[in-house]
Amino acid sequence: MGNKQTIFTAQQLDAYQDCTYFTRKEILRLFDRYRDLAPQLVPLDYTCQPDVKLPYELIGSMPELKDNPFRQRIAEVFSEDGEGNMTLEDFLDMFSVLSEMAPRDLKAYYAFKIYDFNNDDFLCKSDLEKTLNKLTRNELTEDEVRMVCEKVIDEADLDNDGRLSLEDFQHMIVRAPDFLSTFHIRI
Amino acid sequence: MPRKRDTDDINIEIEADESDGDDGGTNKRTNRRQGAGRGGARGRGRGKKPASEDEDEDDEDEAPRGRRGANKKKPVKKRGGRNNDDDDDSEDEAPKKGRKGAAKKKKGGKAQDSDEDDSDAGKGKKGKKGGKKGGKDEEDSKGKKGDAKGKDKGKDKDNDKDKKKKKKKDDSSDTDSNTNSEEEESMSEGEMARLMEEVEEKKKLIATIRNKPWRMKRRLVHLKEAQEFVDKFEGALGKGKGRKWYAYKVMMTKKWIKFQRDFENFRTACIPWERKIKEVESHFGSSVASYFIFLRWMYGMNLVLFGFTFGLVVIPEVLMGLPYGSIPRKTVPRAEADTAQDYSVLMDFNGYCKYSVLFYGYYNNQRTIGLLKFRLPLSYLMVGIGTFGYSLMVVIRTMAKNADVGGGDGDEGEFTFAWKMFTSWDYLIGNSETADNKYASITTSFKESIVDEQENQKDENIHLRRFLRVLANVMITCSLGGSGYLIYFVVKRSQEFANRDDLSWYEKNELEIIMSLLGLVCPPLFETIAELEDYHPRIALKWQLGRIFALFLGNLYTFLFALFDEVNNKLEEEGAIRNASLWAMKEYYANYTRMLNDSNSTPPPMPPADVIRGPCWETAVGIEFVKLTVSDIQVSYLTILIGDFARAVIVRFLNYCWCWDLEAGFPSYGEFDISGNVLGLVFNQGMIWMGAFYAPGLVGINVLRLLSSMYYQCWAVMATNVPHERVFKASKSNNFYMGLLLLILFLSLLPVVYTIMTLPPSFDCGPFSGKPKMFDVIMETIDLDLPAFLGTLFSYAA
Repeated sequence: MGNKQTIFTAQQLDAYQDCTYFTRKEILRLFDRYRDLAPQLVPLDYTCQPDVKLPYELIGSMPELKDNPFRQRIAEVFSEDGEGNMTLEDFLDMFSVLSEMAPRDLKAYYAFKIYDFNNDDFLCKSDLEKTLNKLTRNELTEDEVRMVCEKVIDEADLDNDGRLSLEDFQHMIVRAPDFLSTFHIRI
Repeated sequence: MPRKRDTDDINIEIEADESDGDDGGTNKRTNRRQGAGRGGARGRGRGKKPASEDEDEDDEDEAPRGRRGANKKKPVKKRGGRNNDDDDDSEDEAPKKGRKGAAKKKKGGKAQDSDEDDSDAGKGKKGKKGGKKGGKDEEDSKGKKGDAKGKDKGKDKDNDKDKKKKKKKDDSSDTDSNTNSEEEESMSEGEMARLMEEVEEKKKLIATIRNKPWRMKRRLVHLKEAQEFVDKFEGALGKGKGRKWYAYKVMMTKKWIKFQRDFENFRTACIPWERKIKEVESHFGSSVASYFIFLRWMYGMNLVLFGFTFGLVVIPEVLMGLPYGSIPRKTVPRAEADTAQDYSVLMDFNGYCKYSVLFYGYYNNQRTIGLLKFRLPLSYLMVGIGTFGYSLMVVIRTMAKNADVGGGDGDEGEFTFAWKMFTSWDYLIGNSETADNKYASITTSFKESIVDEQENQKDENIHLRRFLRVLANVMITCSLGGSGYLIYFVVKRSQEFANRDDLSWYEKNELEIIMSLLGLVCPPLFETIAELEDYHPRIALKWQLGRIFALFLGNLYTFLFALFDEVNNKLEEEGAIRNASLWAMKEYYANYTRMLNDSNSTPPPMPPADVIRGPCWETAVGIEFVKLTVSDIQVSYLTILIGDFARAVIVRFLNYCWCWDLEAGFPSYGEFDISGNVLGLVFNQGMIWMGAFYAPGLVGINVLRLLSSMYYQCWAVMATNVPHERVFKASKSNNFYMGLLLLILFLSLLPVVYTIMTLPPSFDCGPFSGKPKMFDVIMETIDLDLPAFLGTLFSYAA
């Protein structure tokens, strides 16, 4: 492999390869995608580890994310400041977890965080309602929404506290046949 | 100082006991190791602290404390200003919950072992079961396969060996050296061992760090520390006699890891059509893309099979065998020579095609050919068997990989709403039209489920439903039987046609046309009949696939039986022709000597084109399969062209001047028929497997077909199809199709094995001509080429 790139040091690239599921080529490609979002903000030289954050609006406009109803939550979960403004490392992290190679448990952990709108480490009724409304674009009636959320809690709540903890969620999601194939972004 | 050390020793034992209790049921060896490591770390933490080790000590402290934390809900101690509380707490919770969640999963012994291999220093052993399973998943997933496990195994082995060596060295150095007290001795030896443990654990952490749900920054820092620690102490550990060897081994391990990583990088770069599939995926969702991924996988497998066949059978015959025209089997007979170049004859795979490397009959039965003494007949047989062996191995390996991904076969109704809510959105969608469709279908699906839920209380008319289902099954069985009989009838007719000469194009290709038409017409027929049954869509899809499978299978086997009849006819014919050709040879020689009036000279051999040829049944079978495959290709391409493309063009352009909205109403644009296409692919592969033994060129034709299919279908899907409206899909479809493929593999193995074992090869064509049975070539090789004792061994075994 040609070592002609000057964006990262070799150690940085190796470290990224150890910390994500990406190969060297993919990491460089991801860097190009990151930079394309805002060429004037992102320097070409990352060897000195500049502190560059891209605002959420740019991330949310990526073709892979722009149609996703949960893009805001995804960006918030993976960004350091919790607001959706992502550094390159957050960016790599996000796509690494959402890639094909990430294991089921890791994905389940992050899925839980994404659907937890109020960040209280539980999926309570309001979280479920927000999820459902985002999924159906508010097409269901209030009664229907309420009914579905109750059913979900009925089905998945194991410790009977009226809300889904991470454990309940994981127990339910690892049995889902479609989870790995839908919770996946190819980049 | 001594007192402290005592306490440390006691601590070690306590920890070891705890750990034994904790890990009950796990490997004892790992247990003791871990226990010692844990106690060791803590001991070191509290014992003397050389300044240089300060940082790393804290790290190790954190590690064991983290393990304890996992058991007792204590938050992991933070190092200054690096992390958020959030991450630590969640990190604690996640593995803990992952542990409990993982404990409920069904995991066999294999998982246990691999779990231990992948255990890492950062968290408690049980606590990281989630991560370990993740580690196992990670290993199994594309592109990163051997890395972690290979690394771990390599490191484990290294460290085990080194540990033993270390202990020996330490013992010897201890007894040799002049020490003040025994305690100091044991400390240095124990310390060495503990150091080893730590290094090993750090290495494991490095290998599995990507599975941890931490922020990237934190991972990077941990990674850096772990790497520095390993680098610093790995050198220090190699002392005394074994130092150079140890250092060398460490260097080789590093180089090996680097090589593996480069190789993986290279391999993933080689995977073709990644962009294309991504485009299809973002427009149509993951289910349609799964067909293309399957196609790509088949292409890879066929490429390997083609490599085997081509490299080991075709090339040797072409390069080292006798050229065309030198012996009878390689020459077009005089009678056919006039028409041998005609396009129509070539299209039927007669003429020059028939007497070429494409088919069985061309190959010579010389035992060894060329300078290298290449044993062609043996190689032919071995490649034929190896084709099946390799395919079997690859299919099973892929099934094993997919089995993990598919998740459990949960009851249909266990988590319906929860799954709908959390797994129905396809994150791969990158197109607003598809997204709109998806929103609509999700909404519809929720509404349907709500209605179902409310209607569940209602009383169903069970008897009517059962009657309808029985009726539907009867109708379908009838149509299956009907199609089987039709094929048999057509094959019989084609045998009659073979004797006539004045055939229209239809009559010549009747068999293939009928088979392809059946494959086109019956599935929609089954679907319509299935409406009577009123099943849940997922179940209905499975029934549909099962029926189509039965249809194709029935057709294929009827075809085979009819073919067998033909083969037997040819075998009878052969007996007669053999006598005739011997007689003709004698006559030729008699003529020749009469002409020259000289009975002493040996006449030259009869010109190859004049020799009376036997009805080489293997080539005939090969030709049938090739014709079937080619017509299958033609029909499928035509179907796409007419069924999808022409339809799309008509709908688009006629819409301007038509009374109702063509796009929304009747014909509209087609949806991509995933199951039909996948089944077509699977059956095509079955035919290839069956025919490859008799027509080595068939695999090459298939490779070309798959390659062109990829481009053609990608274009067709993007240009003429619309995304599906219904949101369901066959849940574990991947493994279901692999299972079908496996079944077809066995079913196509049977006829080939049967013919190899029972039917005698033709007397004048192919690599086995002249032998009573095809596998006699193996016996011959054992007798002549292998050492004598092996021959007696096999004869005892046989």
